[in-house]
Amino acid sequence: MNPLAEKYLRKEFLPFLFCPGCGDGIIVHSFLKAVDELGIIDDLAMTSGIGCSAWIPVYMHADVLKVLHGRAIPAAIGLKASRPSRKVVVFSGDGDCMAIGGNHFIHAARRNIDMTVVVVNNQIYAMTGGQVAPSTGVGSRTQTTPYGNLEKPLDFCKLAIGAGATMVSRWSTAHPKELSRTFKKALNHKGFSFVEVVSQCPVQTGRYILGSGSPQFNLQWIKDNCLPAKNPAQWAELEAQGKIPVGDIMQVEKSEFMEEVARMNQQVKEAAAQGGEN
Amino acid sequence: MKKGRIKVMLGNEACAEAAILAGCRFYGGYPITPATEILEAMSRRLPLVDGLCLQMEDEIAALVAAVGASVGGTKSMTATSGPGFCLMQEAVGLAVAVEAPVVIVNVQRGGPASGQSTSTAQGDFYQARYGSNGDYSLIVLCPSTAQEMFDHTIKAFNLSERFRIPVIILSDEVVGHIREKVFIPEAEELHFVERKAPTMPMEQYLPFKAEENGVPLMAAFNSGYKVPMISQAKSLNGNRGNAKEAAENIRRIVAKVEDYMDEFAEVQVYGDENAPTAFVTFGSLCRAARSAVDMGKEIGLALRSVEVKTVWPFPDKLVRDALAGAQRIVVAEMNLGMMKREVERVIRQPEIEIELFSKIGGIYPQPQEFLRFLEGKR
Repeated sequence: MNPLAEKYLRKEFLPFLFCPGCGDGIIVHSFLKAVDELGIIDDLAMTSGIGCSAWIPVYMHADVLKVLHGRAIPAAIGLKASRPSRKVVVFSGDGDCMAIGGNHFIHAARRNIDMTVVVVNNQIYAMTGGQVAPSTGVGSRTQTTPYGNLEKPLDFCKLAIGAGATMVSRWSTAHPKELSRTFKKALNHKGFSFVEVVSQCPVQTGRYILGSGSPQFNLQWIKDNCLPAKNPAQWAELEAQGKIPVGDIMQVEKSEFMEEVARMNQQVKEAAAQGGEN
Repeated sequence: MKKGRIKVMLGNEACAEAAILAGCRFYGGYPITPATEILEAMSRRLPLVDGLCLQMEDEIAALVAAVGASVGGTKSMTATSGPGFCLMQEAVGLAVAVEAPVVIVNVQRGGPASGQSTSTAQGDFYQARYGSNGDYSLIVLCPSTAQEMFDHTIKAFNLSERFRIPVIILSDEVVGHIREKVFIPEAEELHFVERKAPTMPMEQYLPFKAEENGVPLMAAFNSGYKVPMISQAKSLNGNRGNAKEAAENIRRIVAKVEDYMDEFAEVQVYGDENAPTAFVTFGSLCRAARSAVDMGKEIGLALRSVEVKTVWPFPDKLVRDALAGAQRIVVAEMNLGMMKREVERVIRQPEIEIELFSKIGGIYPQPQEFLRFLEGKR
């Protein structure tokens, strides 16, 4: 067994429920590598919702709360509020986080509450058998768009930036080293960090949209289409070419929500002690 | 004589006052009439005790965040009314499934849908019990005064911690918005219950294995136990259960409440306990029924009012005992006869036809209406 798996996975929960060729295993590995290097397994409090990617944290020997479809982020907010020293991480999918959970995502980013949200984007609802997602490309045939998808996909990174996230990155399962490095960066970032991982689903996306259920074909498709961009100009250029740019797009420092809460509480208590309100 | 102070306050404010005393330190909320004063009071009070009151983006997030905080080791609550209570139902099931203690206040208004936002009603009687999917059990308390908003809030936190369940305070607009005297005891006069945490080594801890009282020990996150908490039907170690394990899990989360009803079920009788005519009421309607009983006494009409304080699980035996000997039973409620069904189920005497005094549309009844109802029939 891989030493990271030996050290961090719940053996009694194995085997994974992921299909052969799924990208989730690569993400588990990249994430645990970052956690191991930072030595923070005891501080982690992870949440997830429903979908394949929601099972990622469940296999890790850590505190994990797997809730309802779309609701991982509010659960994470409660955990963070309960004890701000926790390292709170959310694992979600494109449907879980951006369709049913989209509103929660926007408002958590807006608050700049300290947590890392990882969205595994496989461009489809995979666990339910291959239905159209907010990330599915125009024209794609899925189980619920049998004549082709009419809707334009949502750009998660731009949404995150617009909503107020203070760290935004996109990588893919073809970039495990970069992904692990970015996880480390996100876990150290004070504020709302968002990591999108473009991932392969040979069983649904591969078979129905890309035309092949072969794991090699699907990973190769990611390699061919997810290309690193060093700056915003390159990012835009790759997009114009119909490619998926990847990289650490932005990171800024802004006041973090729970620190602001602590500051406000202190002020309110001091005012009350001086015979103020109440 | 208990030490404390008397304050004139809204029912909703009394609820917030009690929540702070009970140790609530996280409140997830969303504004909705007629429950908003609880959110407002908590946003003023929680910073003073290093808590957090967070107005969330919707009621789903409000309750899910409260569940998250509870799992993190913090007593937490939310409050809402009809439409918001609808949105919360999935998270009621979540709290049940992960066995997270949490208090949910529903200050009822008219329904369905947006209904009558500023008017009173009791139409969420069944929703409070059966609103989420699947088999489960929880406790629902019905206050009828501002004092009971206070007392039931303390009780709700204690029961939620004792049983690791969501406890619902099914209030209504009249009780939420009434302003009356509330006795607030000193904290040392009150009894507070806390969830039991494991002390054994992590390797021996099974997060969903019940203790003798039916409830598993609850390890807060980041307390060294590395708990897997999933919303699925589960085995004792927290993983997805097989058919047998899932069935055992579901049976246990129902039994842990229903087998221990003696600990919390409450029915009070006001008036003449042997009166041949009995009202059965809950929530704010207990008030008008009491006045009707008093008015009856003045004119020589013996009446009793059976007040169901814990409506779920429905206290069959206590209601049956309180109605013993009654020849005429009138269930009074502000809906089209929800609790009446429960009373019919409990009182199986063919000679007694359970009657319904029903008031809907948002106007609280006058006590005289109870007496006119008695005259009008038979």
